[in-house]
Amino acid sequence: MENILRVDKIEKYYGNKSSLTKAIDNMSFEVNRGEFVAIMGASGSGKSTLLNVISTIDHVTSGHIYVLEEDITKLRGNRLNKFRREELGFIFQDFNLLDTLTAYENIALALSIQNINASEIDKRIQIVANQLNIKDVLKKYPYQMSGGQKQRVASARAIITNPKLVLADEPTGALDSKSSKMLLERFNHLNHELKATILMVTHDAFTASYASRVIFIKDGKMFHEIHRGNDSRKEFFDKIIDVVTLLGGDLNDAL
Amino acid sequence: MMPFKLSLKNIKKSFKDYAIYFFTLILGVAIFYVFNAIDSQTVMMDVTASTKEIIKLMTSMLSGVSVFVSFILGFLIIYASRFLIKRRNKEFGVYLTLGMSKRKISMILFCETLLIGTISLIVGLALGFILSQFMSMLVANMFDANMTQFTFIFSSTACIKTIIYFTIMYLLVMIFNTISIGKCKLIELLHGNKKSEKVKLKNPFLCVIIFFISVVILGYAYYMVTIGFQSLDADNIFKPIILGVISTFLLFFSLSGLILKIVMSRKRLYYKGLNSFVIRQISSKMNTTVFSMTIICLMLFITICVLSSSLTLKNSLQANVNKLAPADIQLTKRVNIKEPPTEDGYTLEQIKNSKLGVIDSLKERNVHIDTYFKESVDVNIYHTESFTLGDTLGNLLKSIQKQYKFLKYDSKEDIMKISDYNLVARLYGNKEYSLKENEYMIVADFQSMITVRNMALKNNEKIKIFGHTLTPKYQECKEGFVELSAQHINGGIVLVPDEVVLENDKVYNMVIANYKADTKKKRVEVEEEILKQVEDSQNQTLLFNNTRIDIMEASVGLGALVTFIGLYLGIIFLISSAAILALKELSESSDNRERYRMLRKIGADEKLLHSSLFRQIAIFFMFPLLLAMIHSVFGLIFSTKILEVFGNDQLLPSIFMTAIFLVVIYGGYFLITYFCSKNIIKERS
Repeated sequence: MENILRVDKIEKYYGNKSSLTKAIDNMSFEVNRGEFVAIMGASGSGKSTLLNVISTIDHVTSGHIYVLEEDITKLRGNRLNKFRREELGFIFQDFNLLDTLTAYENIALALSIQNINASEIDKRIQIVANQLNIKDVLKKYPYQMSGGQKQRVASARAIITNPKLVLADEPTGALDSKSSKMLLERFNHLNHELKATILMVTHDAFTASYASRVIFIKDGKMFHEIHRGNDSRKEFFDKIIDVVTLLGGDLNDAL
Repeated sequence: MMPFKLSLKNIKKSFKDYAIYFFTLILGVAIFYVFNAIDSQTVMMDVTASTKEIIKLMTSMLSGVSVFVSFILGFLIIYASRFLIKRRNKEFGVYLTLGMSKRKISMILFCETLLIGTISLIVGLALGFILSQFMSMLVANMFDANMTQFTFIFSSTACIKTIIYFTIMYLLVMIFNTISIGKCKLIELLHGNKKSEKVKLKNPFLCVIIFFISVVILGYAYYMVTIGFQSLDADNIFKPIILGVISTFLLFFSLSGLILKIVMSRKRLYYKGLNSFVIRQISSKMNTTVFSMTIICLMLFITICVLSSSLTLKNSLQANVNKLAPADIQLTKRVNIKEPPTEDGYTLEQIKNSKLGVIDSLKERNVHIDTYFKESVDVNIYHTESFTLGDTLGNLLKSIQKQYKFLKYDSKEDIMKISDYNLVARLYGNKEYSLKENEYMIVADFQSMITVRNMALKNNEKIKIFGHTLTPKYQECKEGFVELSAQHINGGIVLVPDEVVLENDKVYNMVIANYKADTKKKRVEVEEEILKQVEDSQNQTLLFNNTRIDIMEASVGLGALVTFIGLYLGIIFLISSAAILALKELSESSDNRERYRMLRKIGADEKLLHSSLFRQIAIFFMFPLLLAMIHSVFGLIFSTKILEVFGNDQLLPSIFMTAIFLVVIYGGYFLITYFCSKNIIKERS
């Protein structure tokens, strides 16, 4: 299967020679088209750094990251912005919606900065609003919405540009369990029906159990990897918990 | 020690927020010093006694204006510091949760104010000292004083005054700070930011209605000061001002909603690039700043009007003197006073003396004009009981009276022989005229009167005078004057053929002359000598004089007076309004930083972000300026009408000068704001 993302021996160091921190230490993996990958790790394991370098917010110290065979570690300036704008979709823990704009306008912004005309924008928003079940909040401002609604609006903004890769950083971090479940079911829907490729960082085993593959990282290295295969979500969840237990106390907050 | 250390760190940390505040304080101090130091700056100058008097008057007026200015600056400083405190609610909340007492927090603020106050005073005074040296050059240039030796002058009185005034302002700030800290609640401090996130959207329909109401009110106010100018007297002069203020407020109140509505309805425009974001940013900011926008707009309006009017006045005054006082001296004597009861209020001696003309009465005192005068003319002005302004207007009197209520229609017209007028015109270098035996003409240079008189002349009104009937030679007034003056004040002199007048109705005898002197110094000497001769028994002989030197000095003094007051107020207003805008914009920088970070994450490139920031700040700065400019168009029309006597042909260059001031100060603040904001939203890696 065609791979969308290929991470090739990347390293990320912080600090100077006297006190060097290896946030990512020689990591490699691939994500195929249509996959829903969760990356799990304790705080400080390097999962946020990993997401940052993939999303081009941060630069790697060495190694390469290919998105559809294009080396994104070489991109700079406006080409970088263009890449972010057209190839990636972001979902953040704290939603990152603009408080001065309505839900509709927040979603529209992702398209309008690509110079897509207004009627096309409206058409696409109606479709995506249906898929994410947010039709009735489109006219509301972020402060009028619940956390789950905000995150679904943010998800809508992330996928409306038809990105090759959707990056989600602890998307359920600020949500209650009911909203989390609803959001993750929407993610599954996006993944199955729209064939969206999703890379999600989380430290929550329940959240990770919605993915088709889970990568565990520890101290900046890949520690383990499990595929869901034909397991039910419950079975997959148990498997994840097993690994978490194996990891020892490091991922206690996952339980 | 702890509070002091904390405040020092706070200032360093939030320097970006403080920079503009600091900068404004320094400017305020410097300008305050400069205008109060004029007094000392001019002490060394070599000027005449009357100029000294004028400078004294000017400095006392400037110190009066300083009180007003200190109110403005005090308001600005208190406003700005409250504003900065509001932005730091969270910080204070953290202090309180850590168990710091409110007293201690007030102490921190006290130290901060003290620090900022002291530094700004020192730097401002230093800057003021430097600027005041340029000021003395300007003053010397204006009063035509020769600066033989350039000396650095430090005015200790101005310095002390500045320190006292600003110390009072800072003390007030401290009191206000303490009060606002004492009143606040911890929960509000910690969650203060959340509250402001709510987007209050006004009913767009209501906005449209309010917008149109305000436009109508504004239109009416504009009408009152321009077309309806004639019916505007001292009692209802405040009407258009109040209406203008109200409509300005309503306009800003409705504008954000209106613009949002308009742009949102044009989907193509709204959903293009970051437009939706920019429009929302502006409208949310304008929604919360209606009151300050109104104040800023009005201050800008006053600035534009005061600066351009005062510069116009100054330029016109100088240009006028050369044109309207083309001879050195004009001696006028009331002659031919009739015995009571025809004319009352004169002593017998005066009546007797009035049989003599200017030259004869000077001769009586052994003054021979040839000793002093190089060239001179001797002319007369006639009045007659039966010939008034109303008579000149003839059949049109009724309709003109309806339009111009305040003219004195029963005042006697000045009448001159055409040959007399030509003598004067030749001396002045003005155009000479000739009349046929049944013709008359009017010379004038006061625009309003020319308008009135031209109506009659166009109508070919015949006049009856000394038993003759005359028809107008020209269908309009010709430009001309007889009396030396600083302004266009000739409301009209009727010129008639020589044989028409009756010598018995002569009322004024005039001698206009140039001195036998080449240099300025010599002219002053000659003048002093003549005036000594004329003055001693002025009341007895009813001999008056106008001299070019007097006129020059008075008009230079008046010009300088209005220029300095105009500059003083204009600059202070300009700085205040620009500073408020800049502070508003910058204090929201932390919110903006978050927003721009989000935009960057969804892939908006730097160029787009910068242009969006630029547009956002530019529009925020432009709105009040734009409305102020529209106000000013009408304000200036009004002021030129009021200042008509001074002439208004110099309006364009002064508007140009005002524009330069605006661009430099307001534009400067705008650019600083833009670059600071750009720096704040910059991505830190």
